Amino acid sequence: MMFTPRLELFDMAELRYAHAINRALAECMEEDSTVFVFGEDVADAGGPFGVTRGLASRFGEDRIRDTPISEATMANAAVGAALTGLRPVLEIMFMDFMTLTMDAVVNQAAKARYMFGGQTSVPMVVRTPHGGGINAGPQHSQCLEAWFAHIPGLKVLCPSNPADAYGLLKSAITDPDPVIFVENKALYAMKGEVPEEAASIEIGKALQVRKGEDLSIVTYGATVHTVKRAAEILADSGIEADVLDLRSIQPWDESAVLASLRKTHRLLIVHEAVEAFGVGAEIAARMGDIGFDELDAPISRLGAPFVPVPFAPSLEQQYQPGADDIVAAARNLCA
Amino acid sequence: MSHQMNDELLDMYRQMVTIRMVELRLSRLFADGEVPGFIHLSLGQEAVAAGAGSVLRSDDTVASTHRGHGHALSKGIAIDDFFAELMAREEGICRGRGGSMHVANLSLGMLGANAIVGASIPIALGSALAHQLRKTDSVAVAFFGDGAMAEGVFHESLNLAALWQLPLLFLCENNGWAEFSPTHKQFIAPLDKLAAAFDIPHAKADGNDVMAVQSAVAKCVDGIRAGGGPQVLECMTHRWRGHYEGDPQKYRPSEELEGLEDHDPIPRFEAALVEKGIEANVLESIRADVDAAIEAAVEKARAGNSPEWERARNDVYTQVGAV
Repeated sequence: MMFTPRLELFDMAELRYAHAINRALAECMEEDSTVFVFGEDVADAGGPFGVTRGLASRFGEDRIRDTPISEATMANAAVGAALTGLRPVLEIMFMDFMTLTMDAVVNQAAKARYMFGGQTSVPMVVRTPHGGGINAGPQHSQCLEAWFAHIPGLKVLCPSNPADAYGLLKSAITDPDPVIFVENKALYAMKGEVPEEAASIEIGKALQVRKGEDLSIVTYGATVHTVKRAAEILADSGIEADVLDLRSIQPWDESAVLASLRKTHRLLIVHEAVEAFGVGAEIAARMGDIGFDELDAPISRLGAPFVPVPFAPSLEQQYQPGADDIVAAARNLCA
Repeated sequence: MSHQMNDELLDMYRQMVTIRMVELRLSRLFADGEVPGFIHLSLGQEAVAAGAGSVLRSDDTVASTHRGHGHALSKGIAIDDFFAELMAREEGICRGRGGSMHVANLSLGMLGANAIVGASIPIALGSALAHQLRKTDSVAVAFFGDGAMAEGVFHESLNLAALWQLPLLFLCENNGWAEFSPTHKQFIAPLDKLAAAFDIPHAKADGNDVMAVQSAVAKCVDGIRAGGGPQVLECMTHRWRGHYEGDPQKYRPSEELEGLEDHDPIPRFEAALVEKGIEANVLESIRADVDAAIEAAVEKARAGNSPEWERARNDVYTQVGAV
């Protein structure tokens, strides 16, 4: 079935990140009657960030369903619904609240296919925003994607712009396996082009967002934009960074990272999540193994310090890796 | 008494003795080292699984517990597939990756035994939501033990099931024991009061009387199928063995353990069947059939293959387009 966008809601040329997600949800619901969306305040209120606004009146409150504040049960219910033939899309209001869903996600969703001998898959998506920068404090700001990337059976996506949010969400919803779809609160208002060809983006493919020969910087999510700013500063002093937006954390695009490393021979991995035991640690370890001969310098990581996300704006600013930190790390690597 | 009714009762008898004899066989295989890992036997509780299974349709769904052999068998899992799984064979229903605590058959609506106490409840709730959204009259059943009453998801699920009027039967097998502790030392609220708090009808059945279970489940399921919303059914029963097989149950009063056979649901049902005019040799021949089928299943599993590591390690994700 063809989807006709409602032009009063969406500008086809440019969409906000939140609207791109909304459009992907709407199109998937149009195309597949087994897709339904549920979560706290997603129907009447349109979601705390307005992502699901307008969907309830269009698809009805059966398929856009408000839930009580019962994250553990909702996530398990998504598993049960997926095992019974539906494609649930669950919204968890903040990634910090994913802690309440861990049994469902880790023990049930991730394992059902494998432990039932491949009889079934669990086609569910959990959408949830991570990230700080809005002074939301220690329990509304965390980036916990590495936890999920550590669990066999889960896929973990983290789009950095409206086109990717749209295309990757469509891929996530049609994917047969459980996907943790990590959005970013700081990006919801971001505007960007969503071209027609964004309709579907293959999961597991990184995007080169800047070309350079001097070092590779691998990142994902909102940090992509910080890295791009840092790369411009570096360019002013003659250091050209090759910047990769991973887009998909599990699986991650090992061959794209290796190809970039072969070109630059220096690798910096940057993310907003805590550096210790993080996504960067995995990429660094893997590249240290398969890319060792390419390296002209030790692999470097830059993430948040091993500290909870603080509330005070002055503290949070210190906490988050900024463009200056990235520039310093890159210069150090290229020295 | 019609032949058809007799046949239905005998089917239920066959199911009940199948669960009993399968588990007794498992107990010996476990002792002999032919069943690895943990098993949790439901000996003494067979009437609940057999009674419920006799009511459910193939399009109904069940989610089960760590003590779920009976639920799996009564939902129709073939004993060959079952033994092959518990004996860790490639031919097992889960290719030897799940074992006792994860026996499942999605094509039969058996959404899996589950090693996490209480998890069957919200999973069944999600299945009930799927039935409701698809506008079928299928029913989802959450089997759970009394120990699971202390899990938070149970309380969340009572609320949600009532709020959304889901086609969900909360089927509690109350055996009085939560793992190694008596439930009365762990949980303060009786189930009927909990159900009442959410305005969900609650019924209690003698879980050692298979006909009582059958009629109670039928009544609940009929009401749910007709669109009446969720119900809670509490079947009072007894756990004969330990929390896990091999558990010496030193925590359990000896007088309680000594009287357990008095509650055996099988002789009780046999007496009822004989009273209905069914001859004892008919029952004996059913037992002999079941015994032969079990021995054949065990032999088949013994002759089966060990799971292939390469296949197992490559089956974590769905390979789109793969055969």
